[in-house]
Amino acid sequence: MEHSVISASNFNAWFGDNHAVKDVSIKIEKNQVIAVMGPSGCGKTTFLRCINRMHELIPGARSEGSLKLYADDVYTMNPIYVRYKIGMVFQRPNPFPNLSIYDNVVAGYKLNGLKMPKAEMDHIVQKSLTSAALWNEVKDSLHQKGTFLSGGQQQRLCIARAIAMEPEVILFDEPTSALDPISTSSIEALFHELKANYTLIIVTHNMQQAARVSDKTAFFYLGELVEFDNTRQMFTAPKDKRTQNYITGRFS
Amino acid sequence: MDARLKLRNTKSIVFKSIIIFLAFVITLPLIIILLYIIKQGVTQVNWHFLTHIPAPVGETGGGISNALLGSVIIVALSSLIAIPVGILAGIYLSENATTRLAYYAGLCVDVLQGVPSIVVGMVVYFWVVKPLGTFSALSGSVALAIMMLPIVIRSTEQTLKLLPDSLKEAALSLGVPYHRVILKVIVPCGFAGILSGIMLSVARIIGETAPLLFTAFGNPYLSAAITKPMQSLPLLIFNYATSPYDEWHNLAWGASFILLMFVLLLNIFTKLITRKWNIQL
Amino acid sequence: MKHKRLDLSYSQMKWETVFKRILWIMSAVLLVLVIGILITLIIQSMPSIKALGIKYLWGKVWDPVNNIYGAYPFLIGTLLTSFTALIISIPFSYAIAIYLGEYNPKGWLSNLLKNTIELIAAVPSVIYGFWGLSVLVPIIRSFETKIGVAPYGVGVFTSSLVLAVMIIPYAASLGTSLIRMVPSPLKEGAYALGATRFEVIRSVILPYTRSGLFAGILLSLGRALGETMAVAMLIGNTSAIAHSLKDAFFGPGNTMASVIANEFTEADHTVYLSALIELGLVLFFVTVVINLIGKRIITKYTNN
Repeated sequence: MEHSVISASNFNAWFGDNHAVKDVSIKIEKNQVIAVMGPSGCGKTTFLRCINRMHELIPGARSEGSLKLYADDVYTMNPIYVRYKIGMVFQRPNPFPNLSIYDNVVAGYKLNGLKMPKAEMDHIVQKSLTSAALWNEVKDSLHQKGTFLSGGQQQRLCIARAIAMEPEVILFDEPTSALDPISTSSIEALFHELKANYTLIIVTHNMQQAARVSDKTAFFYLGELVEFDNTRQMFTAPKDKRTQNYITGRFS
Repeated sequence: MDARLKLRNTKSIVFKSIIIFLAFVITLPLIIILLYIIKQGVTQVNWHFLTHIPAPVGETGGGISNALLGSVIIVALSSLIAIPVGILAGIYLSENATTRLAYYAGLCVDVLQGVPSIVVGMVVYFWVVKPLGTFSALSGSVALAIMMLPIVIRSTEQTLKLLPDSLKEAALSLGVPYHRVILKVIVPCGFAGILSGIMLSVARIIGETAPLLFTAFGNPYLSAAITKPMQSLPLLIFNYATSPYDEWHNLAWGASFILLMFVLLLNIFTKLITRKWNIQL
Repeated sequence: MKHKRLDLSYSQMKWETVFKRILWIMSAVLLVLVIGILITLIIQSMPSIKALGIKYLWGKVWDPVNNIYGAYPFLIGTLLTSFTALIISIPFSYAIAIYLGEYNPKGWLSNLLKNTIELIAAVPSVIYGFWGLSVLVPIIRSFETKIGVAPYGVGVFTSSLVLAVMIIPYAASLGTSLIRMVPSPLKEGAYALGATRFEVIRSVILPYTRSGLFAGILLSLGRALGETMAVAMLIGNTSAIAHSLKDAFFGPGNTMASVIANEFTEADHTVYLSALIELGLVLFFVTVVINLIGKRIITKYTNN
């Protein structure tokens, strides 16, 4: 039986006493775009950060339950290896200000002290920047620092940086909420191209974005996974009353 | 305008004039002192002065080469001790700001900053000079290192605290282990602030005399042995300035000029660097 | 490629704990240092404490040749120099703080003044002392002849003058940042009621920053108490008590720091050395307490 790329079973997470993620079970299949939506404080970002084990870096944070990458439990694996296989792009673009564009893309290798011949590194840089639809714009200034890039370009640089590690899954934590509409739509177009090679899980505050870009959507509310279904189905005929209320704007 | 209002306005103008006067008049002593040192000292400095040790009493000529070399060696050794400890402690304090150790260590940094330099010298006398059985450059460096620590620690801590969390998060999410995140991302990004802290602490200690009085002690000969007494610029100035011999006074003026130029240049350099790099960051 | 990554990451894990341990140790070193300083001072003062008791602190005679020790002259000398220097420096420190904090916070002139003040703090103490010996002492000597006091030239007065200049930067820079932090709405409210600039400063800014400015004074005082070299060169190094306040002020004296600097290496018997260490212990306590109180006030003020 083929394993789902990400599967959670009775997964819980806490911040100290705050039970932020309650008993979540979900199976996510390869090469899909999954949107995770819900009102503020519903646990969607917390759950996302549990997948690549960023949650546990906060003092007082803990989790229980099973969370697997294919057949391996993420919490028994070496967390460094987990983060190689599951990349993350953040809400505010955060390229390293002291590194050039080139070094930013291969930061995952260089900062980890993983050496490779220059030709191979050049190839990875070009491939990643191309996949992130940024190659043409920066190919002549690879060795400059990325501070002159616009917000949207910086975010694509961060995406290239994550892609360079050849992950299985890329997590996105509200990736376009700090960007202007034009940059947002170019990144949304990118999602569609990326899913051929990766599985994308995108937390978004923006219902319309979830409807536009994803194959399936998960709706979180008050820490629980209320509903997880094909996007079209969820937005036209949601099964749960709470989902219905959220979609129709009863609360946000 | 009614008379009362006029009075109040006059009071305001008079007050402002007094403030401006007091604020700027204080630059006079500084200018007087600087000019005097430069005038007395610049004539002393020539190649002979920089490359010879002081002449015995009664003979003219001589120089301050032993003090120059001594200062360089002592400051270099102090930096070697204080910079790694200071940066690492500063990293701990900024990364673990809520722990009990951070609270008490921070308190200790404040204490160390306030301890009179002569008391530090006294204590290091018992820690290093007594056990070694001799005054030494090493003990002087230990005393000066203790004085450098608070400055290096505080500037490292404050620089790192100002860096955004997103920097750390980005690195961690790429699978970079914690120690590399700190050493290869956080510290390089905070480099300007940390460097200026280091330069400020060096500028502070090259002029320090009191801690060296009973540690490095001074040496009339050129020496590079760190387990033996060593001369330094401020020590030479103190000893020769308070002596009754005119030739020694001249040496002290030359040394004062050199020391002052060093300190001024270091301060100016620090300002230039922080201005340049702060804009970039 | 994948295998290479996996192996490397396992060895990284070991370094992670080592690194965190090193960070922890470096901070613990600070505690060890401070406690070590305290313990050393106490242990080395023991011979003197045992032999002389608490009476040492108000003993009026300091005569090491005859093995008589009394710290009173140094307490007087220290208090006289430090407080005189403090009083002289306060108007200047405050003026600078008000000017840089309120009247002219930005611009080239403000930067010039700020840099000058920082330069004053940067000049080494021994250079102030040397200049004082060469330039100030003769001037004070003729001044003293004019006012009919014994013309030593060196003394408490001379060293207080130089000390005052040296400690101005501390209260000035602290005061500047405090005054800049006064919230605009407060000042604007007063201006809106028709207050003049002077009145706003007097009735809004100064009361608001009062505790912070006091902390600045404390920190300046702490600095003055511990200052050694310039004072040692200018104070005349006399351990006898003067007969009148005028003599005490214009005549030579000694502070705790200057007597340690001058006599430490000559102290040949244990009680002599230990008596000096005890002075160091007193200095340590007083300066530490003053500094901690000052810093506590400042953190409370900046957190408000």
